[in-house]
Amino acid sequence: MSGFEDSLLDEVDETVRIRLVVNGRKVVCEVAPRHTLVDCLRDTLELTGTHAGCEMGACGACLVQLDGRAVHSCLVFAVQADGATVNTIEGLTESGVLAELQAEFHRRNALQCGFCTPGMLVNAHELLSRVAQPSREEIRDALSGNYCRCTGYEAIIDAIDTVAKARSENGGAT
Amino acid sequence: MKAKAFSYFRAATIDQALDAHARAGDDARFIAGGQSLVPALSLRLQAPRLLIDITHINELRGVTREGGHLRIGALTRHCEMLSEPLIAEFAPLLHAAAPFVAHPAIRNRGTFGGSVALADPASEFPAMTLALDAEIEIAGPSGRRRVKADDFFLGLFETALQPGELITAVHVPLFRADQRFAFDELARRRGDYALVGCGILATFIDDRIDDIRIAFFSVGDTPTRARSAEAALIGKGLDADRIAAAQAALEGDLAPPESDEVPPAMRLHLSRVLLGRLLGRLGEGS
Ligand SMILES: Cc1cc2nc3c(=O)[nH]c(=O)nc-3n(C[C@H](O)[C@H](O)[C@H](O)COP(=O)(O)OP(=O)(O)OC[C@H]3O[C@@H](n4cnc5c(N)ncnc54)[C@H](O)[C@@H]3O)c2cc1C
Ligand code: FES
Ligand code: FES
Repeated sequence: MSGFEDSLLDEVDETVRIRLVVNGRKVVCEVAPRHTLVDCLRDTLELTGTHAGCEMGACGACLVQLDGRAVHSCLVFAVQADGATVNTIEGLTESGVLAELQAEFHRRNALQCGFCTPGMLVNAHELLSRVAQPSREEIRDALSGNYCRCTGYEAIIDAIDTVAKARSENGGAT
Repeated sequence: MKAKAFSYFRAATIDQALDAHARAGDDARFIAGGQSLVPALSLRLQAPRLLIDITHINELRGVTREGGHLRIGALTRHCEMLSEPLIAEFAPLLHAAAPFVAHPAIRNRGTFGGSVALADPASEFPAMTLALDAEIEIAGPSGRRRVKADDFFLGLFETALQPGELITAVHVPLFRADQRFAFDELARRRGDYALVGCGILATFIDDRIDDIRIAFFSVGDTPTRARSAEAALIGKGLDADRIAAAQAALEGDLAPPESDEVPPAMRLHLSRVLLGRLLGRLGEGS
């Protein structure tokens, strides 16, 4: 019944093989249990678009989509994600779903150093896929866990607001 | 920083999880959403040898109506507290509290059971189980049992859970037509832990309060019921004098901790302001 082997207790930090679908491709990684998903993405899979800032869930730089939902990849151990589907900023960019947001961030200077931008985009994308026309208040709320230390938030909120309005004027196209 | 090395075990059933914990003893931790545990491990505030992942245990999932109560599975995520229609209809106080729990991405992973088990005195949900007179359903090495929320929160991060015990669900009496609820908190910034927060569930007969449960969070070592304030309101209508009496009674109910940032007198003042607002809303029939 158990499935649990006592010998596991002596194998602390031994690597485990995990399988993921990352950005549409099946991958197999060897990870130690204490490695977080952001470690695995950046160091093992060399997907360095996902950034690691605080590594405590406070800054939002590490947001990815895990099974379709935005989550902090610093707050998930890679082993926990075994069998899951992950989309990073690279995959979301390739698929084109972020194109309008990216163009609008660019147009409005909604970034300077860009460190926070991947997380902002992942979060903005999730917001717009859940709420067709969020108010500025709702946009602020959605971004409340994303820190940007250079731009200030107005330009970022303007960019997201503009995309939301443009989409609803196009009858919700894209 | 990185967590210290540990082994990882993914449990498929409650029995597997309990068995693994029993064999690893004090050196094991259950992990649910991980939204509090992973930072604690990264900071090396904790360094267990074994993490038992309970998120793949189907028995811990789901929200169901059972007789006069709602059974909320421990793995119900914070975001589901917002989206699940049964919660909105039958536990509206939890639905109202959910948007105040952390940020959207944390709500996507954090679990209701994890929040109650952690018993952070600044957290919304543990206090709301008090307001709702909920029962915590527990599975452990010596069998299953249920504990009333009133008897569950014992001290700072201390609960009635024994080592190796798992919260399986929380049972909440169904919200009724003769009841009203109110929730709010005062925080410096959206998504931050509250300076003070409060949830109320009241039963009315005509416009008089027949029963009321007032639960505060962020004002002491545990989520706290304001029993003297409750006593000041029972059998009465909600006029300005009654609200003032309840606010005054808070002095005997709450003992905010010493803190440089928010002195106890200020927290008590904020608690009174918040209670006044919420009772005002209840009086308007919200
Ligand atoms: C930046 C940030 C802001 C936050 N803001 C808030 C906030 O405003 N309000 C708030 O309430 N929370 C907040 N949180 C915490 C978050 O809500 C957590 O999700 C929650 O407190 C714990 O739930 P979890 O499922 O993630 O538990 P985990 O982190 O997995 O576990 C927490 C503890 O509970 C134990 N545990 C978990 N599930 C069970 C179970 N079923 N039975 C027995 N033991 C169990 C674990 O062993 C561990 O000790 C915040 C977190 C972060 C990172
Ligand atoms: S690195 Fe994950 S939230 Fe900061
Ligand atoms: S653009 Fe630099 S942190 Fe946001």
